[in-house]
Amino acid sequence: MSGSAAEQDHAIESERVRGLLEQARAGRLAATGRLLSLLENDGPSSRAVSRAAFPLGGGAYTVGITGPPGAGKSTLTGRLITALRGRGERVAVLAIDPSSPVSGGAILGDRVRMEHVGDPAVFIRSMASRGQQGGLALAAPAALRLLDAAGYSWILLETVGVGQVELDVCAVTDTTVLVVNPGWGDDVQTAKAGILEVADVFVVNKADRPGAEHARRDLASMRAVAPGAGGWQPPVLATVASEDVGSAEVLAAIDGHRSWLESDGHLSSLREARLWDEVQAVALAQLRERARQRFGQSSADELRLLVASRSIDPWSAADLLTTDDGDAGRRGLREARQ
Amino acid sequence: MTARVLVAKPGLDGHDRGAKLVARALRDAGFEVIYTGIRQRPEEIAAVAAQEDVQVVGLSILSGAHLALTRKVAAALLVAGADTARIVVGGTIPQRDVAGLLDAGAAAVFPTGTPLDEIVTAMRGLTDASGPAGR
Repeated sequence: MSGSAAEQDHAIESERVRGLLEQARAGRLAATGRLLSLLENDGPSSRAVSRAAFPLGGGAYTVGITGPPGAGKSTLTGRLITALRGRGERVAVLAIDPSSPVSGGAILGDRVRMEHVGDPAVFIRSMASRGQQGGLALAAPAALRLLDAAGYSWILLETVGVGQVELDVCAVTDTTVLVVNPGWGDDVQTAKAGILEVADVFVVNKADRPGAEHARRDLASMRAVAPGAGGWQPPVLATVASEDVGSAEVLAAIDGHRSWLESDGHLSSLREARLWDEVQAVALAQLRERARQRFGQSSADELRLLVASRSIDPWSAADLLTTDDGDAGRRGLREARQ
Repeated sequence: MTARVLVAKPGLDGHDRGAKLVARALRDAGFEVIYTGIRQRPEEIAAVAAQEDVQVVGLSILSGAHLALTRKVAAALLVAGADTARIVVGGTIPQRDVAGLLDAGAAAVFPTGTPLDEIVTAMRGLTDASGPAGR
């Protein structure tokens, strides 16, 4: 493709994305849906969507809702949507479920528990994790920014978090709510669960079941051992989301955390750090890809064997992989071979 | 690109065993299946199809009202701007209604007794081979 044809394609694509974004901001749900697909499929258009959406965002407050499967996250999310709509907020939900490791497929049924499909000010999107660890789809941060740009004032991100490695959700939202059930974390698991240290609000859902008070006390004592960052004391709440018991208190706790964040500039520094983390993660991935291309797969394979056979040490091998001077890289590989 | 499909139950019949069976078969074949639950109105199905940007809307209908419901869903998709999605219909569909359903806007019909793997093959054809319009 000649340069000018590529430029022309690029211009057409940007124009199309801008048009969709305009419709999305006017409340056209299908336009928002299509933009999310463009992001999710990570084609050439996804960059155009990100670029166009980014300057329009910044107005939304984002809440992560995480917890083990079956804890009642979707039901609680549904209650929160209702409460936020009562205040006149426009609400978007991103519900992420794991893809099957076998087939790559997924059944995405969270929205069954959210009865807001007739409300044009509510947008709900199901997303499969597509193999990402941490319960978070790769496209999620960009998707949050798109929904922000589309004018939703609150965005709820629902993800499965089993408790130990799935901490990604905390890295992309302003407030993180951990939902568990009675009987959860009776044992060692509580101590292992890193999520305890990063959740801002704890919810013991299905609190009408035996063991609720125990779970609540357990979480409260864990919190005392590892208080939240910067002095925020995460509240521990009991709910029965299916009966709409306690959901108003959960929203009040989220509001409380938001007020705390907004005082003393916590929120802006949190968001600043989050964006910079993303820049670094993307830059790292790009550098890795560039190094892989420049050094070549067969050389990389050879280098791996040379490290394994102790012909070259890991740090020197990394120098060869990352050097800007291709000749020096090849020379180094030759030397290691001998 | 992973194909996204919607499995929906319009109308008043509350039996979703068949729909869930199809949803699982599609998941096992690598589809991302959005499931909406029972008793959905055509406008609700269209709103979900728009938000989820699915390539196929699968309707499971056991009530006998499949012709009217398919027409209404097709019209609602158009209004919602989600008409790039193709419609397929399954359930208790007599063979004699297949032509009418195709005429009402269905891209494929799975009458009573259609084997699951036939449904999967047809869905692959609708999502991979032809590809969704406008993408």
